[in-house]
Amino acid sequence: MPAQGWRGRDVISILDFTREDLCSLFEAAERMKRLLSEGRLPRLLEGKIVALAFFEPSTRTRLSFEAAAKRLGAETIGFTGEEAVSVAKGENLADTVRMLDGYADVIVIRHRYEGTALYAAEVAEKPVINAGDGKQHHPTQAMLDLFTVKELFGGIDGLVYGVLGDLRFGRAASSFILGLTLFKPEKVYLISPPLLRTRPEVRVRLEEAGIRYEEVDRLEDVLGELDVLYVTRIQKERFPDPREYEKVRGSYRVTRELLEKHAKPGLRVLHPLPRVDEIAFDVDETSYAAYFIQARNGVPVRMALLSLVLGAEV
Amino acid sequence: MAPSEGLLVRRIREGTVIDHIPAGRALAVLRILGITGREGLRVAVVMNVESRKLGWKDIVKVEGRHLSSEEVNRIALIAPTATINIVKDYRVVEKKRVKLPPVIEGIISCTNPTCITRKPREPVRPRFRLLSEHPLRLQCVYCGTIMEEEDVLEQLEEQGG
Ligand SMILES: [Zn+2]
Repeated sequence: MPAQGWRGRDVISILDFTREDLCSLFEAAERMKRLLSEGRLPRLLEGKIVALAFFEPSTRTRLSFEAAAKRLGAETIGFTGEEAVSVAKGENLADTVRMLDGYADVIVIRHRYEGTALYAAEVAEKPVINAGDGKQHHPTQAMLDLFTVKELFGGIDGLVYGVLGDLRFGRAASSFILGLTLFKPEKVYLISPPLLRTRPEVRVRLEEAGIRYEEVDRLEDVLGELDVLYVTRIQKERFPDPREYEKVRGSYRVTRELLEKHAKPGLRVLHPLPRVDEIAFDVDETSYAAYFIQARNGVPVRMALLSLVLGAEV
Repeated sequence: MAPSEGLLVRRIREGTVIDHIPAGRALAVLRILGITGREGLRVAVVMNVESRKLGWKDIVKVEGRHLSSEEVNRIALIAPTATINIVKDYRVVEKKRVKLPPVIEGIISCTNPTCITRKPREPVRPRFRLLSEHPLRLQCVYCGTIMEEEDVLEQLEEQGG
């Protein structure tokens, strides 16, 4: 049964959804995961076209959407990075979106400017899925992150979360924090160098939602309390000033030694990947590492999302 | 109404009196309205008048001009205490309080340089949600950036100045 209210819906921010919406998405994702593991391909989107408009390159997210669409029997069209420049050739974004709107059944968009997905959704008649706009939102990443937590712990409520890294410019971190406000975490620690603190609009949302949170500088100080540690990398290209990037690069690093010394045995470490050096490779073999499980959840979660938005029976 | 004030109000035959402007913001109000004095309108600016409500206030009188609601909204951003008096035949025929709408469109621009509303050649108007009136806090609908009162004042005082 398709969940109520998903069909034709734009996916701009994780906050566009309720807890119930996300629970129905997670159920659909579980079914997709089971079908994938059984080698059965539900061709729910046969005859549909998914447009992948990646104005900013992102191999992982694009491939994950492409795989999700193809697993469901849909065709994909689109462009990425440099190619976007020639597609747009003097054309503004609104006109490019109008063109794709005429060709496809759903538009997946990634762009360097914040607010692009909302703007595209205002222009397009077909549903628009935000695959990351600037430093602001990456709702499908947050969906798969939350799905992974639910899978690992059986639920999202009542856990102590630490979000480590670039909380100012990192959209995965922001979207994850925003996503947590739809649930009832025990506490959220925002761990970052002072220069990379969470933006005011995200803090306002935490306050409105009545979530207990604390901003701290050092992971060591809170690591022992955490159930989930969400690590993000520092992305140089998001910094308006390269000198600021130089000040904070390499300012945190999660190692096996650190985890073994401070962490609870049940701690699980998440990371949207790719990583640079913020998680040492020696963590990969430990029971803490959950980021590869998380990465594999990208396809089933996006399959569920595409199916729901396009109104297919999941 | 203080006697001096009454005198000044009565000098307008037809037009708009903007009263209860926080002291020192009268010129900014004129700039927001795009009034330079070169339009040929008769304009009176009274600054630092004693006010029971505000302590000190400014008053702006514009003869021969009525304000659209968008202009009134603009004023609310910089002078939330302002009252608009419509004057006809030397009498105040209508008194309006300025009131910020829940969504403010097209008046100020977003401070975030990578907001879609700042991208050149896109037909998108900046739009803000009113988070709080006192102190003024607006949130860009597109990029989520929160603008504080200082940001808004700074921008409105600069505009057309
Ligand atoms: Zn903005």
